[in-house]
Amino acid sequence: MGNDVIYIDIEKQMLTANGLMNLVVQTTISSGEMLALFGQSGAGKTTLLRILAGLVTPDKGLIKFGQSVWFDSEKRIHVPPQNRNISLMFQDYALFPNMTVEQNIQFAQPEKNNSIVNELLTLFGLSEFRKRKPNSLSGGQKQRVALARALARKPQLLLLDEPLSALDAEMRMVLQDEIARAHQLLGVTALMVSHDLNEVFRLASQVLCLENGTIVRSGKPEDVFSDNSISGKVQITGQIARIEKQDTVYIVTVISGGNQLMKVIAFENDLENLKIGDRVMVFSKAFNPIISKMR
Amino acid sequence: MDAQFAQTLWITLKLAVSTTFILILIGLPFAYWLAYTKVRIKPFIEALVSMPMVLPPSVIGYYMLVIYSPRNGFGEWLGRIFDVRLAFTFEGVLIASVIFSLPFMVQPLHNGLRSLPESLREASYTLGKSKMVTFFRVLLPNIKPSIITAVALTFAHSIGEFGIVLMVGGNMPGETRVASIAIYDEVQALNFEAANRYALILFLVSLILLTTIYSVNKKYDSWEMM
Repeated sequence: MGNDVIYIDIEKQMLTANGLMNLVVQTTISSGEMLALFGQSGAGKTTLLRILAGLVTPDKGLIKFGQSVWFDSEKRIHVPPQNRNISLMFQDYALFPNMTVEQNIQFAQPEKNNSIVNELLTLFGLSEFRKRKPNSLSGGQKQRVALARALARKPQLLLLDEPLSALDAEMRMVLQDEIARAHQLLGVTALMVSHDLNEVFRLASQVLCLENGTIVRSGKPEDVFSDNSISGKVQITGQIARIEKQDTVYIVTVISGGNQLMKVIAFENDLENLKIGDRVMVFSKAFNPIISKMR
Repeated sequence: MDAQFAQTLWITLKLAVSTTFILILIGLPFAYWLAYTKVRIKPFIEALVSMPMVLPPSVIGYYMLVIYSPRNGFGEWLGRIFDVRLAFTFEGVLIASVIFSLPFMVQPLHNGLRSLPESLREASYTLGKSKMVTFFRVLLPNIKPSIITAVALTFAHSIGEFGIVLMVGGNMPGETRVASIAIYDEVQALNFEAANRYALILFLVSLILLTTIYSVNKKYDSWEMM
């Protein structure tokens, strides 16, 4: 399996809303992994994904998938997306409006195989919609079709561009489980762009944090996002939704997971580096939960 | 008189159908190239294609005559090698008509392709499909309203061709005399009844074609909504 390690060492100058930015990434991804690309929008996550798909050409560098070279600026090699055996699930799903659900999935198959199509339709609960056109489906259904179609190609590498960003919290939870199940079932190497911490924790075995085009941290999600000095018994991550002053203390409302609300008491000095929207971890040492900013 | 009337309509129809058919063959690959090319001179090429919409037909007709002329390089070469003369022939009018109607075919197709989300094309590529398969199975089926608009506009425009046919083809019954020229000719000869027959037919055909375009597009709009 060591054969399938993906080696990435690329540079690409990008034009972003904040001017020119250099995307410089050097990393390896081992096979069967579900890797999350995490970071603010404009950090270069989607561009990195598109570079792996072959839709964007880096300025220089080398990309190898196992023994095969996908990109080598020195030897002027650029394997087109068609020959990379990947699937990319787009943020807007990119379902073909002229084809039915079934035809969308069939289209992705390298060789026609109706029993696999039926399997995928059943797996994602789409059997009753097989003859429907994508435009008549709900967001969650479209997402399932897009995932089924991406898997129908039998990719060596599955690329997911913010797969759940267009869905509400409840639907996210359900589909996160489905993605996790599909990933385990097929054992495919997967790369997922996300800026949702819950998604990263629930799905990814490894995470790369991108900031302004460079990897700032990488590793297991729990190592990357938590402070090692904290020895919490209970750790919950979330986002600060509200900070209210009550007498001498502050009530901090934290939203976590599927819109769970937590109210945590904090003192003035706790709040020094906290503001609304910050990603935080609520952890408990023995009895009382203490709140602290996440790295 | 009636035989001539039928003959004129037949030539009009033959010119419009041939122009449209040739332009589908040229227009589809050309619009595809134009929609996705990154060449620097793209604005210049777009301008060139649109020239027939702003130039008087007589300008294009004049240049066509110059090119066709046996006294110039291309015309002389055609005559010497193939024994073909294009000025004042149906074929000559057809070539001029194809050039003159080019924007009516290319622009709707180009706009249709540009309005498709880029991700459709990219999704097809990442699913391993070639550019050819993507073009015929993903892109074309999703710009049907644009194709219908392009074909109907080209056809309607070719039927109404006047200036360029007159310049390049003249008014030769059975060869280059089309309905629009016949109207002009009959009015000059004070044959208002004959002119009226031609005019009414052109009017009705164009009206029906345009109504078809608009109703088809409306139907597709409401499909999108669903």
